[in-house]
Amino acid sequence: MPSNLKIRAALLSALLLVAFLALWQFATMPSAGTGAAVDPEYAKLVGAAAAAGQKTPFPAPLEVGAKIWAHIADPFYVRGTNDQGIGIQLGYSMARVAVGYLLAALVAIPIGFLIGMSPLVYRALDPFIQILKPISPLAWMPLALYTIKDSALSSIFVIFICSIWPMLINTAFGVASVRREWLNVARTLEVGGVRTALLVILPAAAPTIMTGMRISIGIAWLVIVAAEMLVGGTGIGYFVWNEWNNLSISNILTAILAIGLVGMLLDQVLARLTRFVSYQE
Amino acid sequence: MSREAFISIEGIARRFHGATAAEPQVVFEDVHFSLDRGEFVCLIGHSGCGKTTILNILAGLDQADAGAVLVDGREISGPSLDRAVIFQSHALMPWMSVVGNIAFAVKSRWPDWARDKVAAHCQKYIDLVGLTGAEHKKPAQLSGGMKQRVGIARALAIQPKMLLMDEPFSALDALTRGVLQDEVLKICAATGQTVFMITHDVDEAILLADRIVLMTNGPRAKVAEIVVNTLPRDRSRHDIHKHPHYYRIRNHIVDFLVMRSRRFEEEIADGGYDPRRPPLVKPGLGEAAATGTTPGRAKPDLRIHG
Repeated sequence: MPSNLKIRAALLSALLLVAFLALWQFATMPSAGTGAAVDPEYAKLVGAAAAAGQKTPFPAPLEVGAKIWAHIADPFYVRGTNDQGIGIQLGYSMARVAVGYLLAALVAIPIGFLIGMSPLVYRALDPFIQILKPISPLAWMPLALYTIKDSALSSIFVIFICSIWPMLINTAFGVASVRREWLNVARTLEVGGVRTALLVILPAAAPTIMTGMRISIGIAWLVIVAAEMLVGGTGIGYFVWNEWNNLSISNILTAILAIGLVGMLLDQVLARLTRFVSYQE
Repeated sequence: MSREAFISIEGIARRFHGATAAEPQVVFEDVHFSLDRGEFVCLIGHSGCGKTTILNILAGLDQADAGAVLVDGREISGPSLDRAVIFQSHALMPWMSVVGNIAFAVKSRWPDWARDKVAAHCQKYIDLVGLTGAEHKKPAQLSGGMKQRVGIARALAIQPKMLLMDEPFSALDALTRGVLQDEVLKICAATGQTVFMITHDVDEAILLADRIVLMTNGPRAKVAEIVVNTLPRDRSRHDIHKHPHYYRIRNHIVDFLVMRSRRFEEEIADGGYDPRRPPLVKPGLGEAAATGTTPGRAKPDLRIHG
C-alpha cells in the first residue's frame, strides 16, 4: 500500500535523524580533562581549551538547536553592518540569485531558440559554448570586479554566467528536437513563424527548457555562497565566512541548514513549474 | 488526358546524391498521374518506393528533384491550407485538448473569426467524427482510433480542396480501422472531398478508392499501372466481397504486389510502356477485358486509355 509505504519511510527518516543526533551528541561529549600539567599562565593567555591541547569544542546538538531557535525567533535584526539577522542575509543572497538568474533566462532562452532552430547558428556558437561552459563561475570574479567595479553587481554577474549554460543548452536541445510532424502540421496550416514559435515550438520544448532552468537555479544557489564569501559585505555566504572568523560553529551550522532548506525550496518551485508545462505524449 | 485534371503530378522524381560524385540514387522518377475533382485515389506500393515522399511533395512539405505538381493548372510552391494532411502518426499537439487542436487549425484558416464562431465550427467537426463529449480531453487520454478521428476532424475543419492521407489507419487495430474506414467513406460521399491516400492494405484501397495507383519497388520506382475500381461507389465493408469484381481486382493487385512489382523492369523490356501515360486497367471487368489477347499477365499494350 502506498500510504503504508509513506508512513514507513517517514518513520525510517525520523529514526535516521535520531540516530544521527545521538551520534553527534555522543561524539561531542566533553572528554574527561587530563590537563593536569597546564601552566595556568599559559592557559590564561590562550584559553583553557587550547592550553589543554583541545580545539574549540564542536557544539552539541542541543546547543545548535538553541542557536537555530534564536535565529528563527529573530531573523531580521540589524545590529550594524556586520551583524544582521540570517533572514536578511538569505534575502540578499536570494535577491542576487533572482536577478542574475532572470537576466540569464532573458538571454539564454532567445539565444537557445536561435541555436535550436538554425544549424548554422548552432555550429557557429558551439565552440564558444563548449569553451565557456566548463569555466568555474568564480574564475570570472576578478574580471567582473575589475570591469564592473562593484562587488554586489559582480556577484550578480557570476550568477548570470553560471546559470546561463544549462538554460541555453537545454533550450537549444528542446527546440531542435521538437517533433518534425508538429512543425509539418504548422506548415500545412500555413502558420507564420512567430505563431509557430509561440504556439508549437515553445510549448513543445517547454519541459526541456524548464529542466534546464531547474538545473540552473541549483547551480546558482551553489555558486552564490562561494561568491559572497569572496566579495563579502552581505549575503548568506558572507555570513558563513564571518561566523568562521568568529569561530561560531553553531552559527555556521545554522547557516548550512538554512542554505539547504532554501535550495530545496527553490528546486521544488521549479519542479512545480516543470510539471505545469509538461505534457504526456 | 483529354480534360484538365484537378491535380496533376507531372514527372516528379526524388534522387539522393551520395557522398561520392557517382550516379545519384534514384528513389522514383518520371511519376505521372492525376486526380479529378471529387475523386478518391489510393497509392499502393511496397515500403521504400517513395510513397510518403510523393504525398509530402503533394502536400508541399517536400520538394521534388524534378517535375511538378499542378493544382487547378497552377504549380504548387509549398504547403497550403487547401491541401490538408492526415498524418500516419496523427501528429496531434499533446499539450492541446481535442478542441484546442482543431481550433488551432481553424484559427489558422480564418484568423479573423470570433471565439464563438471558432468554437461552433470546431464542435461541428467534433460531432461529425463522433467525438462529442471528448472535447476537452488531451490526446494522451484518447485511444489510437480517437486520436486519428481528431486528426481527421482537424483536416476536414479547414475545408480543404483536397485531403492527403498517409496510411492513416495503419497504426490501428483491425476493428477500429474498419469503423474509421466506414466513416471516411461516409464523410467523403457526403462532402465530395478529393482524397489522395497512401496505404498498403489492399482491401482498404478497394473499399475506398475510385482508382488505385500501383507503384513498383524502389529504387527507380515508377507508376506501373492504374487500376480502375469498377465496384459501384456505394460500397460497404460487409458485402463488398460478394461483388463479382471484388476478387478480380483484389487478385490483380495482390499479384502485382507479390510478383510483378519486383520484376516490372523485365515486363516492360519489350517497350510499349510510357511513364507519362501509365496503363489504366479494369481487372474487375473480368479475364477478357483485363487480359485481352495475351493469356496470363496484363501487358502494357492492353491498357485502356482513359
